[in-house]
Amino acid sequence: MKKIIALVLAALAIVLCFAACGKKEDTPSVYYLNFKPEQDGQWKALAKTYTEKTGVPVTVVTAASGTYEQTLTSEMDKTEAPTLFQVNGPVGLANWLDYCYDLKGSKVAGELTSEDFMLTKDGHVYGIAYVVETYGIIYNKTLLNKYFASDFATVKSIDALNNFTALKTVAEEIQAHKAELGVDGAFTSAGMDASSDWRFKTHLANMPIYYEYKDKGIGSTPAIEGTYLDNYKAIWDLYVNNATCDPTTLAGKTGTDAETEFKTGKAVFFQNGTWEYGALKKDDSGIGLDDAEFGMLPIYVGAKGEENLGLCTGSENYWCVNAKASEADINATLDFLNWVVTSEEGTTALADEMGFVSPFKSAKPASNPLVAIANEYIAEGKTSVSWNFSSIPSETWKNGVGTALTQYAAGKGTWQDVVTAFVDGWAAEYKAANP
Amino acid sequence: MTKKRFSIGSVIMTLISIVYVMPIFIVLMNSFKLKTTISASPFTFPQADSFCGFDNYVRGMTYGDYPFWKSALFSLVITVLATAAILLFTSMTAWFVARVDNIVCKVIYYLCVFSMIVPFQMVMYTLSKTADTLKLNNPLGIVVVYLGFGAGLAVFMFCGFVKSIPLEIEEAANIDGCGPLRTFFGIVLPIMKPTLISVCILETMWIWNDYLLPYLVLDIKKYRTIPIHIQYLNGSYGQVDLGAVMALIVLSIIPIVIFYFTCQKHIIKGIMAGAVKG
Amino acid sequence: MNKRQLGRYFPIFVLPTFAAFCIGFIYPFLHGIYLSFCTFKTTSDAKFVGISNYVKAFQDPGFLHAFGFTALFTVVSVILINVFAFIVAYVLTSGIRGANAFRTVFFMPNLIGGVILGYIWQLIFNGILQNYGTNIKLDSRFGFWGLIILLCWQQVGYMMIIYISGLNSIPDSLYEAARVDGATRWQTLRKVTLPMLMPSITICSFLTLTNSFKLFDQNLALTAGQPGVAAAGGTTVYTTEMLALNIYNTFYQNANTRGVGQAKAVIFFLLVALIALGQLYATRKKEVQQ
Repeated sequence: MKKIIALVLAALAIVLCFAACGKKEDTPSVYYLNFKPEQDGQWKALAKTYTEKTGVPVTVVTAASGTYEQTLTSEMDKTEAPTLFQVNGPVGLANWLDYCYDLKGSKVAGELTSEDFMLTKDGHVYGIAYVVETYGIIYNKTLLNKYFASDFATVKSIDALNNFTALKTVAEEIQAHKAELGVDGAFTSAGMDASSDWRFKTHLANMPIYYEYKDKGIGSTPAIEGTYLDNYKAIWDLYVNNATCDPTTLAGKTGTDAETEFKTGKAVFFQNGTWEYGALKKDDSGIGLDDAEFGMLPIYVGAKGEENLGLCTGSENYWCVNAKASEADINATLDFLNWVVTSEEGTTALADEMGFVSPFKSAKPASNPLVAIANEYIAEGKTSVSWNFSSIPSETWKNGVGTALTQYAAGKGTWQDVVTAFVDGWAAEYKAANP
Repeated sequence: MTKKRFSIGSVIMTLISIVYVMPIFIVLMNSFKLKTTISASPFTFPQADSFCGFDNYVRGMTYGDYPFWKSALFSLVITVLATAAILLFTSMTAWFVARVDNIVCKVIYYLCVFSMIVPFQMVMYTLSKTADTLKLNNPLGIVVVYLGFGAGLAVFMFCGFVKSIPLEIEEAANIDGCGPLRTFFGIVLPIMKPTLISVCILETMWIWNDYLLPYLVLDIKKYRTIPIHIQYLNGSYGQVDLGAVMALIVLSIIPIVIFYFTCQKHIIKGIMAGAVKG
Repeated sequence: MNKRQLGRYFPIFVLPTFAAFCIGFIYPFLHGIYLSFCTFKTTSDAKFVGISNYVKAFQDPGFLHAFGFTALFTVVSVILINVFAFIVAYVLTSGIRGANAFRTVFFMPNLIGGVILGYIWQLIFNGILQNYGTNIKLDSRFGFWGLIILLCWQQVGYMMIIYISGLNSIPDSLYEAARVDGATRWQTLRKVTLPMLMPSITICSFLTLTNSFKLFDQNLALTAGQPGVAAAGGTTVYTTEMLALNIYNTFYQNANTRGVGQAKAVIFFLLVALIALGQLYATRKKEVQQ
């Protein structure tokens, strides 16, 4: 008995000593808090390659979907804070300005193809866009052509599908004849689980914000009026009423559900973006779409002049380097970034494995058919819709709109609740963020 | 009490018991189904076209870029070490405090009692900050945090018991030439066994299942425990793989069930003893 | 043992615990109180602002709703858990066959952690509710009763053990006496069993009270506060969000409201302390009466 106790005591003493001393690492290191769950594996692999080559340890942590701000807040407070993190644009920058290192004159900033991709304030460069992305309504060409060829089709070609009325007609006719087309619905489930709700509370919400900003000629606002919320309602109604599932089940539907529906050819339309290609392409078991089967439509909401609009292109992903990290860590981080955007391994990973269109001089063209489609729209002279959701005052606003949308879809709440969350919530959150 | 009898009551209780274990059974059943069939029909048995053998388990072990066995290992290490530390150090403290009983000891005792009513949210942020500054953000360091935050209840329970031990035993030992250390480990500790078991059970259950404290304290770059792992599966990585989630839930319940069946008698006794003092 | 002689052993017996206690409780507690009067993103940039955080906390409709929801939840769960636990304990101690096996079954869920419980029940509730075209995250009533069912399932077993121990400690002679006096079963239950069981009832109600009031993991995993309702002024109130989760979200979801989150935590602490004091008072009164 006594021996055992002595042993336990000794073991604990040693343990506590170790714990108290901790391990001090003197070598500079990089800690990247990644925003994009879709590319988590690729970043980790790239970090490993870099560590093998240079000996500099690079840790990549990915925040769970919808919890980036939360994770960043708690991680920034730690002694081993992220040396590399990201903000989503001017609003995010305002939150983290004290922590953003001035990247002016750094090698990685010099690699940018245009100064437009810098996030600046008062002449300082605080963020660097590392990926330009495009979203819209992805469609399955094979299935849509099957619809065009059918006798019940009113719209007969993709060229005629260039406004909201046409989209509505197509969606409703597909929905009405879903059995004949062998699908479960026109749209994939508009899942409101945290893994999927950003498609609507952020990306789709961009449409009414974009049109209102365009009318007023502004880029941000302390109080949104919601002049295009009827259009927001129209497209949301279209999504939920012509989908693979009943609107009441959306609250529990996940991103994976929608992905699976589209991948297995059970739905024709899927609102998502270029980053989704990897998850939708034909996988090892032969399920998925061939490159030639991908198509992407602009999100039509019934606004004037939308025939000439293209896809939504922009970035909400700006790399920032933690100004409060040690000098050595900052330099290590800058070296890592420079390596990522210039080296063979880095550029290949960005373009091929992550499927990114990166605004860097040595970037490789992405082998992503969705990106090619996006470029075609630009070549045709269509105006891209800019990403204005980076001017959304806070995450809290998005969550408020999201929960209101969910309940409206399920018939538990009214559209007025969405309007309240959208308009009043904006003003309240703007005030809270800018006291 | 009358002779045990088979009655209508037994039948009813059997039915209720079956309903009671149903949730666990449903999870077990779903862990063998294809991930795409779970949310649509959670209450059906695996059919020929939905059965997938141990696929979910195989996928679950590596799902989400953090191996499950590592989370399980950290859970185990943290639970065992922290419980051992709490038992050893707080029982010593409690005996000392109860026996010396001067002003300092009184203050310590009442601080412990006070800490029992403080909810974790009150110290959640500052505690994780302190732990980080002192480099206690690893599975060994968190033992110190648990010892600190869990000390209150343990000291309180041990003190209550020590006060019921007659002083004469210790005095006799003292006359025989035993120092305080020998008296404590040779005489007091064995007498305290029932309370030790109670505290051990309570602390083990708390630490093994704790989510928020390790989530906030541990270095998320390197360490996870089972509850953190399960919470991460929900919505993380932009994917929700229900099949893997079900499999991991089953895997995380199995050790608890084994633990329960091996020490059932102690657990029940421990709770009874703890409750009387509580 | 000589007190002075023992006193010299302070560093060995008390210091390890006390040092850890300072790190794990005393310092964070005091620091937390200080920060509740500050605005801060991280501790290094804390600025003293007086009581404005408390004012904001009381103006937050989400916090007030969480308080009401938590209070209602606590009352309902304390009653249901204790009633069920007592019934089960009563039946199991009445000489039923297989009592040990039943006890094992009822106790088991208690060992499963809150987060895991949340996901188990989410699957079950949504599996049932989807037949009626709805979801646990759509209606706060579902969320409320879902949490109640979950917590009952988890805690009835634990309280049952305490009640069984209480019931077993009632001397048989009392029952004998009651039988001799010709008391009916119901009278025996009311006049003998329940009064003798008061210590167990006090303990169980206190345990369930604090467990329900401080509930976090289960709340996070089962509903995460959903559904939200837009309130006047544009803030969204999450209708199944309990106090602990509301504090957590205030604290970590938005870096601008961390001071308010800490102030809410202090208020929460005061509420829990109030409950504990009430409990202490009640127990003292009972002891005097005995």
